[in-house]
Amino acid sequence: MDWMIEVEGLVKTFGHLTAVNGVSFNVPKGEVLGFLGPNGAGKSTTMKMITGFMTPTAGSVRVAGYDVDDQPIAAKARIGYLPEGAPAYPDMTPISFLNFVADVRGLDTATRRRRLDYVIANVHLEAVLEQPIETLSKGFKRRVGLAQAILHDPPVLILDEPTDGLDPNQKHEVRSLIADMAKEKAIIISTHILEEVDAVCTRAMIIAEGGIVADGTPAELERQSPFHNAVLIDCQDDGVAEALFALANVSQVEEIQGGRYRAYPKHGETIVAEVADLVKQRNWSTSRLSVESPRLDDVFRKITGVGTGTDRSENRGENPEGAA
Amino acid sequence: MSATWAVFRRELKGYFNTPLAYIFIVIFLFLTGIFAFYMGSFFLRGQADLKPFFNFHPWLYLFLVPAIAMRLWAEERKSGSIELLLTLPLSVWSAVVGKFLAAWVFIGIALSLTFPMWLTVSYLGQPDHGVIIASYLGSMLMAGGYLAIGACISAATKNQVIAFVISVVVCFLFTVSGAPIVLDFFAVWAPQALLDAVASFSFLTHFNAIQNGVIDLRDLIYFISLILFWLFANLIIVDLKKAN
Repeated sequence: MDWMIEVEGLVKTFGHLTAVNGVSFNVPKGEVLGFLGPNGAGKSTTMKMITGFMTPTAGSVRVAGYDVDDQPIAAKARIGYLPEGAPAYPDMTPISFLNFVADVRGLDTATRRRRLDYVIANVHLEAVLEQPIETLSKGFKRRVGLAQAILHDPPVLILDEPTDGLDPNQKHEVRSLIADMAKEKAIIISTHILEEVDAVCTRAMIIAEGGIVADGTPAELERQSPFHNAVLIDCQDDGVAEALFALANVSQVEEIQGGRYRAYPKHGETIVAEVADLVKQRNWSTSRLSVESPRLDDVFRKITGVGTGTDRSENRGENPEGAA
Repeated sequence: MSATWAVFRRELKGYFNTPLAYIFIVIFLFLTGIFAFYMGSFFLRGQADLKPFFNFHPWLYLFLVPAIAMRLWAEERKSGSIELLLTLPLSVWSAVVGKFLAAWVFIGIALSLTFPMWLTVSYLGQPDHGVIIASYLGSMLMAGGYLAIGACISAATKNQVIAFVISVVVCFLFTVSGAPIVLDFFAVWAPQALLDAVASFSFLTHFNAIQNGVIDLRDLIYFISLILFWLFANLIIVDLKKAN
């Protein structure tokens, strides 16, 4: 397979502190890799090393075949990078800033015009092109940063929290933009917003304490949720918990509140059919029978050790950004 | 090369995006005027030359050039834009040189706006234009020396005030090592060779030589190698400290 990003044994220490501890992974073209992890887990540090801003203590990074340490200019020419916090030159206007980036990247006049039109239209910067960047809102600053990252149509995109500070509509637009570009590029994004992973990533990686603790497609990770295939049932009849527990594939039953039970499957089996049969057989009156939809939040909290995962609120969906 | 040029243009334009450039130029012209006319007794000397004007340049630069240089890297580090700049496909050397040249040209613009002084002496008498041209060249080279020192020190911190203060101190040492106050101290006991060595490190010694209208290769080499040395140190500091 043609890897666009090859990371091998990456280590970064600051004095006694190990920020990144032996991270290795590869990203092919067409993949959108989501970095998840608590603050200070090493996501940004890893990105800074991939983009050549930080020199690794050990390990190597190759981007589009170029070693970032040995051939930094060739590697950097193939990367579009949105650093954490989307820094820019505050006294410049977005248009002069983008032109500066185009100058450094050596875009010729025709390419520059075409790409400027494209990014300005797709990132929606028309209204603020002539305003100093320091006067822009957080959302616009982020979009200016995103615009400079994709300006040269790079084969590799590294985006550190690309939707931070955007409102829900803008988040949606940025995600669509990333999804549109995904086929042609290898993309790494870091995020705290786990629904974003479902929305744009083809692969998710959970990083904690400098190492990779989970790696797979979002669906694979969701399967690790304690709620995977769990069944929720509302039933006021007596003996529900005991009857559910007696089912062959049920490992555990939990009464959440009066008359609401959650049955956990053994080994991730599908148990909803069994439960439904049981309800029919006993002639219970149920107002609700549903399969839990596992969310990455639960997996994230289970793996990174924040909370046990079983205390999640019943009103899921009201707080889609989760407790990352 | 195109990357250096891009950094150069961005930086130079940057001066004029903010009031900084205009304030600097006005203060520079005002102070050069004050020094030349009052402290330098421009008229009382009754000589048609610009010596009283150029004599004060080292002391003026001592404060004004670090004020320009202090923001070169410290500001990038503070705002985080250094991460953006150094992940663009350009060498650190291009960034160092582009920034330095932009600031140098900016100081050159301020210096060139002192041309009415030249017009004035030309009107009042017959100055030696060769000497004046040499003095302008020497002044420019000396400003480059101060600037390279300031740029290097700016790269070591994200605090512009610290960058300014340390730059002034270092520049001061490079200035006074040729002044009588220091040389007299050495002259009492030190061998002539040491005295010459100390004096040869001074901006004053080389600037005064050029100011007399003699452009000696040694003075040119002194300023150019000094600038290159500090720019190289600047490069190393940026490279080592870029992510801190």
